[in-house]
Amino acid sequence: MKKTIITVVGKDTVGIIAKVCTYLAENEVNILDISQTIVQDYFNMMMLVDMNRAQKPFGDISDELAKVGEEIGVVIKCQREDIFDKMHRI
Amino acid sequence: MINFFEVNETNKMIEKENLDVRTITIGISLLDCISTDLEALRKNIYDKIERTARNLVATGEEIEKEFGIPIVNKRISVTPIALVGGAACKTSEDFAKIAETLDRVAKEVGVNFIGGYSALVSKGMTKADELLIRSIPLALSKTERVCSSVNLGSTRTGINMDAVKLMGEIVKETAEYTKEDDSLGCAKLVVFCNAPDDNPFMAGAFHGVTEADAIINVGVSGPGVVRTALEKVRGESFEVLCETIKKTAFKVTRVGQLVAKEASRLLQIPFGIVDLSLAPTPAIGDSVADILCEIGLEYAGAPGTTAALALLNDQVKKGGVMASSYVGGLSGAFIPVSEDQGMIDAVMAGALTLEKLEAMTCVCSVGLDMIAIPGDTRSSTISGIIADEMAIGMVNQKTTAVRIIPVIGKGVGEKVEFGGLLGYAPIMPVNPFSCEEFINRGGRIPAPIHSFKN
Repeated sequence: MKKTIITVVGKDTVGIIAKVCTYLAENEVNILDISQTIVQDYFNMMMLVDMNRAQKPFGDISDELAKVGEEIGVVIKCQREDIFDKMHRI
Repeated sequence: MINFFEVNETNKMIEKENLDVRTITIGISLLDCISTDLEALRKNIYDKIERTARNLVATGEEIEKEFGIPIVNKRISVTPIALVGGAACKTSEDFAKIAETLDRVAKEVGVNFIGGYSALVSKGMTKADELLIRSIPLALSKTERVCSSVNLGSTRTGINMDAVKLMGEIVKETAEYTKEDDSLGCAKLVVFCNAPDDNPFMAGAFHGVTEADAIINVGVSGPGVVRTALEKVRGESFEVLCETIKKTAFKVTRVGQLVAKEASRLLQIPFGIVDLSLAPTPAIGDSVADILCEIGLEYAGAPGTTAALALLNDQVKKGGVMASSYVGGLSGAFIPVSEDQGMIDAVMAGALTLEKLEAMTCVCSVGLDMIAIPGDTRSSTISGIIADEMAIGMVNQKTTAVRIIPVIGKGVGEKVEFGGLLGYAPIMPVNPFSCEEFINRGGRIPAPIHSFKN
């Protein structure tokens, strides 16, 4: 399974999760886990998702998510889980 | 599962501390391209490289996107051209034509450097080796992306002093041929002792004859990450210092291993090695000298520098070795001058001299690297500097190298700008006393006693 980590960081506002999740649903990306917190008015969210059923290539989803982020004033990054897994787990 | 803290740590390394994969280098054997006809040889070389590496850049970019980590360079190394061109090339000009072919195919597939315009002459030179070496100034002045290297000695064979003498002249001549560009040709020319067959870093990369038909080698980097980690342990003991470097090197190298395996899978070319080097760039914060300062020196070059570098180099290897299934190449800390802002600052402050750099090369990964010297330095003096460095490599059973740039028309106190990753350098003074009679002796220095291990 192609697991991917999506991180969303930025000033907190109404509807961040809704916008991100809507995009993911429209593109057949399944959310496996979400954790979210607010630190000093800053919104921090990390999602573990499965992109196996997504039709679009990884690069397009990553670019489009970044664009969704720009519209709501947050930074959205999309990276394969492996890079974190390899770095932090033996 | 991975947590917030871990994701943020990785992304902070990438975004703020210049963590990147420095290069994916495809090594390509050209032995099956050999022909006695020069034009046929050039066509074979072009076709094989184009066929093998055509997807390299696109694949590198795909990996960058998927993992969110920059891969700064995509490069190619080939079998030393002296071996490949020997049958077809009758003159130095013939060899230079192969360099032009390499340059053309490098541009076609979009790599920024192609290494392997090389000769391995640690014990003796064939006619082809000598023709290739004599063609280097012409080849480097007529091409943009070709890198050249010559192996002049090894622990097993001793040092070929005839070749050392010749290379002093060739370095000088290359500087003359490219004097309009501040002698830039010399930045693409390196001489080695104990050159590794699987080095992914330029200018010294070539694809050794012991290697497979094609192979993926990856060079990692991350001086900024190490320095930031060390900021948190200021004033702590050497034990804490060393543990911190090891852990950081482990993390950095794991990313290199991941990228190497992924590139290997996507390109369907076997994975060779990860080179665990701390390779600096002129970007602020991406400096090996800054790590030495963080360890506790006012400037790189201050007393204690060699010891600090020795421990840094060793801990990087200890941390990195466990993170990768195969480690090779140069693996250690690089100490180029022009490519490291902290080194440049140390030279400008008067803290770092050529002699101190030579001492530092005894304990780190390579050698005298990207050092600008006055353009009127005698070729025998350059040979003397090369011979000293080769001796350090030979006796200590390690790779050493010299990439030195006599900048024609410039003297001590002036600066030279190479641009991009090559950076800029203040011109450093060279010991003015002569070694001409020593260099003119001819022959070779025998292998050291500890090479006889059988």
